[in-house]
Amino acid sequence: MTDLAGNQLLLEIVYLIASALFILSLKWMSSPRTARHGIWAGELGMLLAIGGTLLHHGIVDYKWIVIALVIGSGIGVPLGFVHMTAVPQRTALSHAFGALCVTLVGTAEFYLRTPNVPPFMMTVLSMEVILGSLTFTGSLMAAGKLQELLPQRPITYKGQNFVNLFFLAIAIGLAVYLVLHPRARQVFPLMVIIPLIFGVLMIIPIGGADMPTVISLLNSYAGLSAAAMGFVLDSKLLIIAGALDGSSGFILSVIMSKAMNRSFTNVLFGAFGQVQPAAAAGQEEKTVRTATAEEAAGILAAANRVVIVPGYGMAVAQAQHKVRELYDALTKRGVDVRFAIHPVAGRMPGHMNVLLAEADIPYDKLIEMDDINGDFPQTDVALVIGANDVTNPAARTDQSSPIFGMPILDVDKARTVMVIKRSMSPGFAGIDNPLYYLDHTLMLFGDAKAFVNSIVHELAGNTH
Amino acid sequence: MSSALVNGLFVFMLAGFIGFEIIKRVSPLLHTPLMSLTNALDAIAVLGAILLVGEHKSNLSFVLGVVAVIAATSNVVGGFLITDRMLKMFKTSRPTKP
Repeated sequence: MTDLAGNQLLLEIVYLIASALFILSLKWMSSPRTARHGIWAGELGMLLAIGGTLLHHGIVDYKWIVIALVIGSGIGVPLGFVHMTAVPQRTALSHAFGALCVTLVGTAEFYLRTPNVPPFMMTVLSMEVILGSLTFTGSLMAAGKLQELLPQRPITYKGQNFVNLFFLAIAIGLAVYLVLHPRARQVFPLMVIIPLIFGVLMIIPIGGADMPTVISLLNSYAGLSAAAMGFVLDSKLLIIAGALDGSSGFILSVIMSKAMNRSFTNVLFGAFGQVQPAAAAGQEEKTVRTATAEEAAGILAAANRVVIVPGYGMAVAQAQHKVRELYDALTKRGVDVRFAIHPVAGRMPGHMNVLLAEADIPYDKLIEMDDINGDFPQTDVALVIGANDVTNPAARTDQSSPIFGMPILDVDKARTVMVIKRSMSPGFAGIDNPLYYLDHTLMLFGDAKAFVNSIVHELAGNTH
Repeated sequence: MSSALVNGLFVFMLAGFIGFEIIKRVSPLLHTPLMSLTNALDAIAVLGAILLVGEHKSNLSFVLGVVAVIAATSNVVGGFLITDRMLKMFKTSRPTKP
């Protein structure tokens, strides 16, 4: 038996090394220069842990393990090569897969162990299964909305929060019952099904612009359910990985909710997307100034400092590569061009950075909101492409505005503001944007990609 | 409460704090790759699923285990692949050499 104990010790040491590699992996993500080391560390840790586990003495059947690993890789490879615009739905889908794995393992463990499940074990097992199954359907719903298979606008009805909390309360009640009566196997399926329903209901009221917060929150739930699974299996490696993932998702949800000026309880209870459209205020005639591509090109060429403010509209119009051409054309003329990135621009945390990096825009030109806001008064031109609410000065000044208090990019402080927009229709939340009526704002009406393209052409046409 | 569970709670608490401190330092530039990386690491749950399949203790646990291995493996492979693709795209305009 000493030999077996030796093997067991070796396996634990392998897991210890894998845990250290996982922590290093995330530590190296702090900067783009070291981030790729982080992937190697993560991959090495993963290989060690899986390899070590396969040598586990209890394994009698390798055939199906290999088959499942091969099928899983077959699904994973195409998911690793999706378009950058589709990364949010891919991420939501992978949260769903992770949660599915956790839920299935939890279910299997329950039926293997019942009726000998001590109370604390049953508590973590219930947490694992409840969090896992609500994350599974919730993430599938989020992926469906992001892929536009489901309606993107929030669907709300009277008493919605009550109904949702009711389902959650039942799930928790069932968990408590099982902790007290671990023999009640017939109750267990209900504890899987009800959170599955809750997951669907939770995402129904959520609109596209709230997705960054929701994805982060689901990320956190997926991590916590994996940590709970670590308790069930007595695997410290899994507890660590789950805790890291859980805290990562948690921090990102806090950052996102702050960037949208939502309170933290608002995030925790998932009551998003409830922003009421502003009451159609007195429709007084307000005039806007417009400009053509030629005029816009002239103003940009004469500028010294330009800040481009991209929003999700840029991604929808697939304009990021044209924006890169604009960046190149202006940089060649000696214009200093930078990009101002709002934390919730796009459909998931950091989405805009990835889209612009894909278009070969150097990352040191992508500046965060807090770092660039002070520079707008010295900026000659702020060019807004497909962003709306994150530039709305009403968030600073108008107490009656639904987005009052939300941190925004202070583009209105630039000497000239140019906004590329399809029409004057208000953005997602139905909130009018006073930015468009300022004296130093020029509206450039048209499709983002086509308009940027014409500006680039104009700039190329009159090179001296 | 067994000592294993208590140990687990200590590990969870420490890992949670480490996670907080590390993730806080991640540049917002990299929040999307961060999420796909943590997702891949989280798929270490595949270990539990592998044991279910390999030990074949009951037919139910075996079948659930196979599906779970497939789901988690797709996250491991897809998560690392896409994180690497994203990070390769981040280039600086300044020469990297000191």
